Amino acid sequence: MGKIDKEEIIKLLGKRIATDILKKPQRIITADEAIISSGLVDSFSLVDLALFVEDMFSVQIADTELNAQTFDNLSQLADIIISRKK
Amino acid sequence: MPNLANLLLDSYEKVPDKEVLVIQQSGEKDISLTYQKLIDQSICFTRELEKSGIKPGEVVVIVLEHGLDLIFSYFGCILHGCIPSIMPFLTEKLIPEKYCADLAALVAITKPSSIITYRQFQKEILVGLGNNTSVRSIILVENIHKCNIIDLNKIGGLIRSPHDIVLLQHSSGTTGLQKGVALSHQAVYNQLISYRKAIRLDSNDVIVSWLPLYHDMGLIACFLIPILLRIPLILMSPFDWIRAPVKLFKAISDYHGTLCWLPNFAYNFCASKIRESQLENLSLSSLRAVINCSEPIKFESHQRFLNKFLPYDFNKSALATCYAMAENVFAVSQGGIDSEIVVDEIDQNTYQSKGIAKPSIPNQPTIKMVSSGKPIDNVQVKIIAENGTELDDRHVGEIIIKSNCMLTEFYHRPDETQKAFIDGWFKTGDLGYQVDGELFVSGRKKDLIIVGGKNIYPQDLESLAMEVPGVHPGRVVAFGVYNEEIGTEEVVIVAEIEKNINDIESLEEKIRDNVTRNSSIALKNVYLVNEKWLIKTSSGKISRLANKNKYLRETKLNNYQ
Repeated sequence: MGKIDKEEIIKLLGKRIATDILKKPQRIITADEAIISSGLVDSFSLVDLALFVEDMFSVQIADTELNAQTFDNLSQLADIIISRKK
Repeated sequence: MPNLANLLLDSYEKVPDKEVLVIQQSGEKDISLTYQKLIDQSICFTRELEKSGIKPGEVVVIVLEHGLDLIFSYFGCILHGCIPSIMPFLTEKLIPEKYCADLAALVAITKPSSIITYRQFQKEILVGLGNNTSVRSIILVENIHKCNIIDLNKIGGLIRSPHDIVLLQHSSGTTGLQKGVALSHQAVYNQLISYRKAIRLDSNDVIVSWLPLYHDMGLIACFLIPILLRIPLILMSPFDWIRAPVKLFKAISDYHGTLCWLPNFAYNFCASKIRESQLENLSLSSLRAVINCSEPIKFESHQRFLNKFLPYDFNKSALATCYAMAENVFAVSQGGIDSEIVVDEIDQNTYQSKGIAKPSIPNQPTIKMVSSGKPIDNVQVKIIAENGTELDDRHVGEIIIKSNCMLTEFYHRPDETQKAFIDGWFKTGDLGYQVDGELFVSGRKKDLIIVGGKNIYPQDLESLAMEVPGVHPGRVVAFGVYNEEIGTEEVVIVAEIEKNINDIESLEEKIRDNVTRNSSIALKNVYLVNEKWLIKTSSGKISRLANKNKYLRETKLNNYQ
């Protein structure tokens, strides 16, 4: 994958979460919407988040980072992905 | 019979240097504990309880994260002779005010004398308890420092009698927290001895667990049994495991684990969420039993597990099953230890229309039922009809049990305790049938939802949905629908909405959010309907089963459209 901007990452992640975790492909997840502390992505699906990021962007998210302190919205997650792609 | 404090101190005296417990925490080095270390640390809590004026026989609620302090405080309570009760710890998604309200519900019925927690919660807990509380002291783990060993012969735990209550177990939610299962030293001891024999537990075993300690499977099978019977235990946190399920298999491979207990959903979860690349170089050959317990056992889940883990030296004959409940301390029956688990392929039509599990007929639809094994040797099992008469083999009815390890009572709930028994037999509320002594659990009579092994009371979820403006008060129903993909039930809420609601999606979202943030489940399925959709019984109560069937019919219909 070549260069990718933050907005694109947010869009792709949001689509993937809506389709595969929420099973509601039409649901739009905004960049600053809480996804972990809100329970939108439940604990059983946190590991999926890490797998999606690995598959889509070849970036590793450690299990110790799967919590709301590390990232709680798509904007924060996209920042992590961008910083690790450099 | 030795009580639990006697058992602990016996190990402390005879095998102080034996390593009994390894604690794994993500991102940290494993911590290994000998009996000496375990008891020395636990005694500091015993001392603190004594200093705080807490007397043997009084209840202590523990509000701590899964980890060393939880373990030390638990044994500290038992050594002091008081009764520990673990409150599931706050999760990220839970609203703190609701958590405090749940704690207050637990306290109101259980009337503990003390709460053990962290300094950061002290203020909130005090506010939640109010003025008229039974709680005389809040013990903060930050104040527990190294302590001098006290005269162990004088600790309160040693003089507890076999019939005294040793611990309380609760399930989650307001309803579950107000129905504490009180177990005596004798009951726990009888279960230990009987279950040890049933699973052929011996000194070569190593137990590996990620299960929470507030649940019977985690507390009894994967915590008290190994520690009291000197079997090494490798313990990780459920929070760590759910984020990296491969850790369980890594621990089994590294420590040569022989025994592991899992709820059914975990078979699907591990099969689907672990990558092959994570399993490279791991060997599961040491496992002699992986025991499926705590929620309905599915043949399909076992197949998924086998497909995934056979290439990593998992032995097919290690698949095992168990039927258990906190009210019986833990196990009722056990299968798959001396021989492979029994699978009964039955005719679907006769089962569904007549409640009879007839062997399958060629070319007819079938269901593969997995046996939960035979009753362990101190437990008797009967299947009864609605009218209380005992049923023959292959007839589905309510499972009732009798044993020498039953609960003493639902704590401070004589009403619930009385309702639970019939002529000295405990009514489990589960449905099942027997064939040649093998027990097949096939469904539930009680309106309980089991999500990922956790018992959830639908009334708690219904109340939360009713709090949302636009939902008709009193016109909500919650039930579980089995999802084969994830191997457990998913909660569905059907709610009647008031007229003139335009934004249906936003209302759905609000219900989802309110239930998720205030309960231990994450709600996905909300089904909004118009007034008078819900079916009521002749006595005017909303029937969960009838409405579940209506929902299934309707949504199936919609799927075809």
